[in-house]
Amino acid sequence: MSDPVTTQTGTPSGKGRRLKFHILRFNPQLPGDTPRMQTFEVEEQSGMTIFIALNEIRERQDPSLQFDFVCRAGICGSCGMVINGRPDLACRTLTAKFTDGEITLLPLPAFELIGDLSVNTGKFMREMSERIESWIHGEGSKECNYNILEERMDPDLAEAIYELDRCIECGCCISACGTKRMREDFLGAVGFMHVARFRLDTRDNRTDDDWYEIIGDDDGVFGCMSLMGCEDTCPKDLPHQTQIAFLRRKMVMVK
Amino acid sequence: MKVVYTDSLVIGAGLAGLRVAVASKMRGLDTLILSLIPAKRSHSAAAQGGMQASLGAAVKGEGDNEDVHFADTIKGSDWGCDQAVARMFTHVAPKAVRELAAWGVPWSRVRGGDHEVVINAQRVTIHEKEEAHGLIMARDFGGTKKWRTCYTSDGVGHTMLYAMDNKAIELDIPIHERMEAVALIHEGDRCNGAIVRNLVTGELVAYVAKATTIATGGYGRMYGVTTNAVIVEGMGAAITLETGKAPLGNMEAVQFHPTAIVPAGILMTEGCRGDGGVLRDVDGYRFMPDYEPEKKELASRDVVSRRMTEHMRKGKGVPSPYGDHLWLDITILGKEHIEKNLREVTEICRSFLGIDPVTDYIPVRPTQHYSMGGVCTNYTGESIGLRGLFAVGEAACWDLHGFNRLGGNSVAETVVSGMIVGEYVADYCEKSDVEISTHVIADIMNRERARIDELVARPSGENVYEIRSAMQKILMEKVGIFRTGDKLQEAFDELKELLRRSKNIGLHNRIRSSNPELVDALRVQRMLKLAITVTKGALLRTESRGAHTREDYPERNDRDWLKRTLAYWRNETDEEPEIDYQPLDIKKMELPPGFRGYGTDNTIHHPDTAARVEEIKKIKESMPNADRYEIQNALMPFELPAKYKEKNERIGVGTK
Repeated sequence: MSDPVTTQTGTPSGKGRRLKFHILRFNPQLPGDTPRMQTFEVEEQSGMTIFIALNEIRERQDPSLQFDFVCRAGICGSCGMVINGRPDLACRTLTAKFTDGEITLLPLPAFELIGDLSVNTGKFMREMSERIESWIHGEGSKECNYNILEERMDPDLAEAIYELDRCIECGCCISACGTKRMREDFLGAVGFMHVARFRLDTRDNRTDDDWYEIIGDDDGVFGCMSLMGCEDTCPKDLPHQTQIAFLRRKMVMVK
Repeated sequence: MKVVYTDSLVIGAGLAGLRVAVASKMRGLDTLILSLIPAKRSHSAAAQGGMQASLGAAVKGEGDNEDVHFADTIKGSDWGCDQAVARMFTHVAPKAVRELAAWGVPWSRVRGGDHEVVINAQRVTIHEKEEAHGLIMARDFGGTKKWRTCYTSDGVGHTMLYAMDNKAIELDIPIHERMEAVALIHEGDRCNGAIVRNLVTGELVAYVAKATTIATGGYGRMYGVTTNAVIVEGMGAAITLETGKAPLGNMEAVQFHPTAIVPAGILMTEGCRGDGGVLRDVDGYRFMPDYEPEKKELASRDVVSRRMTEHMRKGKGVPSPYGDHLWLDITILGKEHIEKNLREVTEICRSFLGIDPVTDYIPVRPTQHYSMGGVCTNYTGESIGLRGLFAVGEAACWDLHGFNRLGGNSVAETVVSGMIVGEYVADYCEKSDVEISTHVIADIMNRERARIDELVARPSGENVYEIRSAMQKILMEKVGIFRTGDKLQEAFDELKELLRRSKNIGLHNRIRSSNPELVDALRVQRMLKLAITVTKGALLRTESRGAHTREDYPERNDRDWLKRTLAYWRNETDEEPEIDYQPLDIKKMELPPGFRGYGTDNTIHHPDTAARVEEIKKIKESMPNADRYEIQNALMPFELPAKYKEKNERIGVGTK
């Protein structure tokens, strides 16, 4: 008999729906290329995700199609794109969700476009990290004696930090942010979430005065118009609204 | 010709590469990292369950230390690893966890008092010591004697990677993203950097360095169904192989993880079983205790994967449109535990399967997961074939894992080997100069440019994706969990034919700049060389050891096969690698080969084993007053960078 572990690459039989993908095409590397929409048809399979569908398009219809996936498990944050008007992770979006079978895909706005659905979130996130200095500021981090028992931490605090540390920097919050459209240098929810995370961390010795220097202006937490696109689109369901409100209250109390 | 110079060049920005770069930069060296993607998106982020380090703070970790971790690792490897390296690793692992704690990882902490946990499908109460409250907690994992796996919920890779990349940003280490190393620059027996292709513009750039470190991860994507991220295609190993001088080690050692979801192949962490989850068959029956009465679901990964496959072969699998599978049942753990400690698992089940693991069984099947093989190095992480070339993490065959890696030892290896090898890389940089003439660089760059030119110029030819999926299918079907000589021979012949065909790939999209098809074409030619290397190693190795299981040779054969496979691809026109072997010397082992404790012991022993067992007994008897460190040192001395030599403190025992 065939080995059950190795006969698994096939797809179930039976014809699925014909899905229509309307995808923005533009390759800035090609002189003279202009942005346009292109439609591809794909036969749906059970459990199909946009990851599977896009790869099928690339492998069978148009190998020039650019998009980014890495983990394809909703963990790494590479595949943010605008899916029927909403920023989300393409890898874990099931095509079954779209009842009319029409799926429009656009690259995340607010990031530099690399080509088609691929954007440069890496450059943005590195600059964001440098701006808020997203690392532990403290003697312990500079001179760590790793031979002795580690500094103790309250188990509840560790869990609370992890809750805020779950951001995967996918960029959905930035793309969904009204303020970001109006203020180019607006830090955005991803930055605030990291600030909230380090502010909570007792290993980091920065004070609210220090944080005020980083987020205490209109490009920081006071610029937020509270439209809460970040809260609505965050694939990790992070508490953006609560944290932004909390940071704003803390920053108001400074000086 | 564009040339970038740095002291320490690191290829790959996952945990291992970042930690080497941090070490180089802290030693004052000019350091630069190349990465296909933003560092925080590296596959390290996908590590879920945790990192092994013998901190011994949890009550179920009491009595743990380097010795116990060492013995678990050696048994896990089926005696195929380098024991001195395992000693270096187990000694530095606690330091790595503590360093990461200082750098920001929110490790889950011990909560003093009574807790209800699930052990062997029973709810029991355990008491965590009040005096350990707030220290780093650990959970149970497969193949370990103690609860040793440090964790942050089931997102440990994510929190470690973020802390490590943030450290790199703090140190102002440049990471050149969307850059792919396509060849190593080398002359004589020395590596001097890499030729790198910009994936956006298509430009080729030479990065010249004193030391070059490969940290590109494994080669799981050669298999059709794998837990690995899509970028895990073995390119660091492949460009090393293509030097013709630096060998790859143990490439046939490929691990299948017992529990990936069907059909997507996404990992369900071993923490599911470590925390008390069980495996069930089509009848809802818990079958693992029948096969492995002692360790049950927490036997070593290779063992559980084989037992699951065996059980499905008996017709006990659950039929599905995507082939048979089994069930992972974590419902007994309860909603609160699952949603707190198995969050990613919960999200993945809900998003990809539309099920809730609190109430539903999870469909799982053994799936390709880890590459034990890689760039063969000595204990310093330096290639045994080219000076100045180092490798770390999954890309390397350092060789910590032998023929089967323990769960929780890979994410641990990334940072621990990064710490250790990082120091040796810095030592190397401090004592060497770059000596390379520009014409050597130009020759290698021109060779790579010619490969691209040829692909772009060819008006028609083979389809890259057909070749890739044919390769993936061959490896799944014929070089998988259970292997036989005839199937391996078929795979070997078929892969060689594919390699020939791959030389005639025709692109549909014939541009030189951002072009995913061109990238895939260049990679598939290299992946085929790796696939042939894996298959040839597996075909020649007529024994079963760890994850390499030959149904036609079921015995572990120490007499003939206690040796590391080395593969050299001597010439570009060759169709298979030259295979050589490096013996493992029993006379120097601290833990001579023995029985792992699974199934029946059918080992064919090596004549040196009995003598070494006797010798160890005598050494121990001759040192009645010695402590464990002195005995260990008498049995098998090992090297470490000076800064990592100190003993590790543990609660209750100090450094004893």
